[in-house]
Amino acid sequence: MSATLDRPERAGDPQAPFRTADGGRVDRSRTLTFTFGGRSLTGHPGDTLASALLSHGVHQVATSVKLGRPRGIGAAWAEDPTSLVQVEEPFPEPMLLASTIELYDGLVADGLPGQGRLADLPDSARYDARHLHVDLLVVGAGPAGLSAALVAARAGARVALVDEQAEAGGALLGGTDTIDGRPGTAWVEAAVAELAALPDVMHLQRTTVFGVYDDGFALAVERRTDHLGGAAPQHLSRQRVWRVRARRTVVATGAHERPVVFTDNDRPGTMLAGSARTYLHRYGVLAGERAVVFTTNDSAYQVAVELADAGVDVTVVETRERAPVAWSAACGARGLPVRTGSVVTGTEGVERVTAALVAPRGGGAPEALPCDLLLVSGGWNPAVHLYSQARGRLRFDAVLGAFLPAEQLPDLDVVGSAAGTLDLEGCLFTGRETGRAAVAALGLPEVPRTPQADPTVDPPPPASDPDLLWVVPAVDGDASRQFVDVQRDATVADVQRAVGAGLRSPEHVKRYTTIGTAHDQGKTSGVVMSGILGELIGAGPQDVGTTTFRPPYTPVAFATLAGRDRGAMFDPERTTALHDWHLAHGAVWEDVGQWKRPRHYPAPGEDMEAAVLRECAAVRSGVGILDGSTLGKIDVQGPDAGVLLDRLYTNLMSSLKVGRVRYGVMCGVDGMVLDDGVVLRLAEDRWMVMTTTGGAAKVLDWMEEWLQTEWPDLRVHLASVTEQWAAFPVVGPRSRDVVGAVFPGVDVSAEAFEFMTWQDTQLEGVPVRLARISFSGELAWEVHVSSWHAEEVWHRLVAAGQEHGITPYGTETMHVLRAEKGYPIIGQDTDGTVTPQDLGMDWVVSKKKADFVGKRSFARADNQRPDRKHLVGLLPTDGETVLPEGSQVVDVPLGEDLPAPPVPMLGHVTSSYRSAFLGRPFALAMLQGGRERVGEVVQLPVGGRLVAAEVTGPVLVDPEGARRDG
Amino acid sequence: MADTPTPSVAPSAPTLRRSHPLASREEDLRALTGGSVGVRPHLAMAVVRAAVPGPAARAAEDVLGTALPTRPNTWAPAAPGGGGEPGAVVWLGPDEWLVLADEPRPEALEERLRAALVPVGGSAVDVSAQRMSLRLRGAHARDVLAAGCAVDTHPAVFGAGTSAQTLLGQAGVVLLSRSDAGDDYEVLVRSSFARYLADWLLDAFVEHRGAEAPRDPAPDPVRPTTGGATP
Repeated sequence: MSATLDRPERAGDPQAPFRTADGGRVDRSRTLTFTFGGRSLTGHPGDTLASALLSHGVHQVATSVKLGRPRGIGAAWAEDPTSLVQVEEPFPEPMLLASTIELYDGLVADGLPGQGRLADLPDSARYDARHLHVDLLVVGAGPAGLSAALVAARAGARVALVDEQAEAGGALLGGTDTIDGRPGTAWVEAAVAELAALPDVMHLQRTTVFGVYDDGFALAVERRTDHLGGAAPQHLSRQRVWRVRARRTVVATGAHERPVVFTDNDRPGTMLAGSARTYLHRYGVLAGERAVVFTTNDSAYQVAVELADAGVDVTVVETRERAPVAWSAACGARGLPVRTGSVVTGTEGVERVTAALVAPRGGGAPEALPCDLLLVSGGWNPAVHLYSQARGRLRFDAVLGAFLPAEQLPDLDVVGSAAGTLDLEGCLFTGRETGRAAVAALGLPEVPRTPQADPTVDPPPPASDPDLLWVVPAVDGDASRQFVDVQRDATVADVQRAVGAGLRSPEHVKRYTTIGTAHDQGKTSGVVMSGILGELIGAGPQDVGTTTFRPPYTPVAFATLAGRDRGAMFDPERTTALHDWHLAHGAVWEDVGQWKRPRHYPAPGEDMEAAVLRECAAVRSGVGILDGSTLGKIDVQGPDAGVLLDRLYTNLMSSLKVGRVRYGVMCGVDGMVLDDGVVLRLAEDRWMVMTTTGGAAKVLDWMEEWLQTEWPDLRVHLASVTEQWAAFPVVGPRSRDVVGAVFPGVDVSAEAFEFMTWQDTQLEGVPVRLARISFSGELAWEVHVSSWHAEEVWHRLVAAGQEHGITPYGTETMHVLRAEKGYPIIGQDTDGTVTPQDLGMDWVVSKKKADFVGKRSFARADNQRPDRKHLVGLLPTDGETVLPEGSQVVDVPLGEDLPAPPVPMLGHVTSSYRSAFLGRPFALAMLQGGRERVGEVVQLPVGGRLVAAEVTGPVLVDPEGARRDG
Repeated sequence: MADTPTPSVAPSAPTLRRSHPLASREEDLRALTGGSVGVRPHLAMAVVRAAVPGPAARAAEDVLGTALPTRPNTWAPAAPGGGGEPGAVVWLGPDEWLVLADEPRPEALEERLRAALVPVGGSAVDVSAQRMSLRLRGAHARDVLAAGCAVDTHPAVFGAGTSAQTLLGQAGVVLLSRSDAGDDYEVLVRSSFARYLADWLLDAFVEHRGAEAPRDPAPDPVRPTTGGATP
């Protein structure tokens, strides 16, 4: 790459010729080995991948996404638009920036042409999250943020200081500033140590606040072990999401240097000027040997001077007519040429810049200045991202040439460079003052001012106004190699095309050109695009504005956001007291909401169909037992309980006698079925409402809503007792023997224990409730007992049932048995558009009650239509086909083929099973005017053919109810 | 109504075997958290509803031997019920409390409360098996809570006697602070979520188990696709 350059070996490191002899914050006593692009290289702890590459003279990292042009390292941190790499080892991860990857031993990475590759093996690393509550969140541990955090922490505030780099210090890490006559980093170390000694300070490095939301909520991602590579401890999460709730927030996120666009501004070796200074002072790396510094403002002179002092051959190209007075002497002393009133119009080179083409700004022939490093400074963009996310408005500051916060937000302050204060003294001062103001706003005791204790710095050199230059016009008029968003290969020509297409808003131009949509979200390109757009449409930057700053500030991996909510913990699995028994007996699970319910218990060699047929037959011929503990249960107490139930159920509940059970249906205000279940009257003032498994929470909320918002006068209290009571239906002709054996104190004869009644008993002093309820049409008891004793009671029922061949059955068998009786399942046979009348349950709708929820809607014309869909039974005439649930009943006469679409539909299959009792498949369906079609044969397309099925009533087994009493 | 609490005879616990959802997790919870997590099964609980101030509230206070806490998100210790450890009365709402008591016959708590409250417009429901009690103690307690609970547990705002109805992980819990040092909490979780929460806690403690390799999670069981809702 740079092999052609004549390069003297430096004393520091013969392996890394661009490493300075000394200086920087890397640990030169240790050497790390890494592989980039198949080449084995070395670096030191404290390096980033980018600084290590630069120390070997490697600038080209990748080629570009669309054009395949060589691309290098553009900056020293997250604003870098170009140095995208794919990490291969220790774990594959795409789309990371070489300039933000901390170097570790064994790192293997390759450059990425714009798109990466996800790992095809599972990520075994842990990711987790923490909630954090503070009085003050300070984002950024540079001089401004540290100052604010110190003041607040000293006042006793709970403070979170969050910074995205490996260590605190911000710009001080990459500079030469002194504070109190010592290196700035010494002041940083002392501040960090003081904060660490305070109990209520959370100081997080390697942590990026990527989103600020309403009410002081902020999200941050901490990279906890990434920098350890393969040596990362497995028990620590690799990355952590911090969910911060702060009473106040201080944004001290610094500023990003802004490039100037010119032709071929994308060649490796082209870099933001301040970044070269960071590489020099923080990493001890020279980004090149012969540099052209192209600037519109004063800040790049410090870079030029310091690089010159480090032995780099530097030429300054200054857009302004006069070099700043403050820097002329320093340049002169070093013999550093300054070409004022000049611009870089282009570059030469292929894989690395070899020359900058420099011309007078007013025009004229460009001169090629040989160089291996082209540093660019078009000014500074305060990092207003988080302020802007918090809905803060921006204004364009013409003097600074940048967008700045335009207003004071109620609980968020912006300080330091992020607010346009670019000098160190100002950053320290505004940080302190903002910290003081925050302390006052938080209502904490005032911090006394002790100016003598405040850090002092050398006054900044007098500044001269910066120039504002977005783009150097192409000498040949061709704007297609003038890159605005280098990562997206999007150029000035693209912006021109967007304007030509009539676009005026930066939001539209962004989407048209893709400028600002890459990994860096336009940190260096967004404002430049606005500037260029303004010039093209004759508007100022203030009128054009910026695109919206949205979270995340930097990319966050999905694995990090998922955290621990993956695998078995993705969604809680609710278990009943019998879970282990079901597991031990080979249950196949069905997820019902969050519940784990046994679907069936296959015997060895059985598939589901065989197991369900066996279980069904056992229940109808002997006895079966089901774990029905997931059914929702609501305790309803109070003198007005009956009134409430009368208003919520379609039928009359208050007339139910103590000791009896009644089935009921609840409807919404639209008259559509909401839930169903049985109600037990436990006492004059006490009821037990049973709901469906899935409807438990919804029904309790529904009841509470009416009670609390519409009828607060009713003296009723509700309580969920779903998990208090285990419930086991014992079902089948032999259930009487089993229940009688386990509860000898109960007379289980048909006369003494009627259908739809309940009785309390005890088992060794433990209360047990027995209820004759049937969801299968068979003789059945439901056994209710405290979940504490569920296992033992279940065991006793199963043991007592052995001689009768008691068969545990699951939800699938339960579904078949109830469908054979035409009992609908709310949510399966209904879908929110079905009335009780549609289900053939007009009998459950009271004609006597003055009102109840849903009553008025039954009178709507649409609810009276004769062609509404009714619940019916379907018997496939071939006696063989199990109609798939969801199959459509089509209006096609027998003997005719399916016509071309649109095919007239009559309804659909809601439940379909093979019946052991009937010896054939059957189905339930919602069918237009279904009750009038009983006896007709309809057709359903199944797998490319039409299947005929006879319409029947929904009750297919024991319609006369003879089996109910055994 | 009752000026003196009904003297409660301490009947012995029924002989019928009891079980609880965390029997299979108890040993892991103790061993893998360094003793930080304890399970307290078979604690009697009742939901009390009463208007305050009012006769029902006074009746409840007579039975419980303590004032019903009326400050939101607080709890108060209660006199021992059946001769065991002191109980607690937890504020759940403006007219709703959760009573915790050491009772051999949990239904006796409901019976006593109902006898006193119902005639004066209150109510009580036995919910002993509705929730499980877990104890979370030690130096890592707050960090583990912060892993899945959005409530601020700083002792300055969540000291002994405070409580919250919140989420821990994805499980709804009633969280009681039992210390001003931020190192002792009681977590009441719905019984059906107890295993999820236990597994969640075990996972959260991996962070604090040092270099010891985390236990492999149980393989995800095959989930059958299913039809609609089930009653």
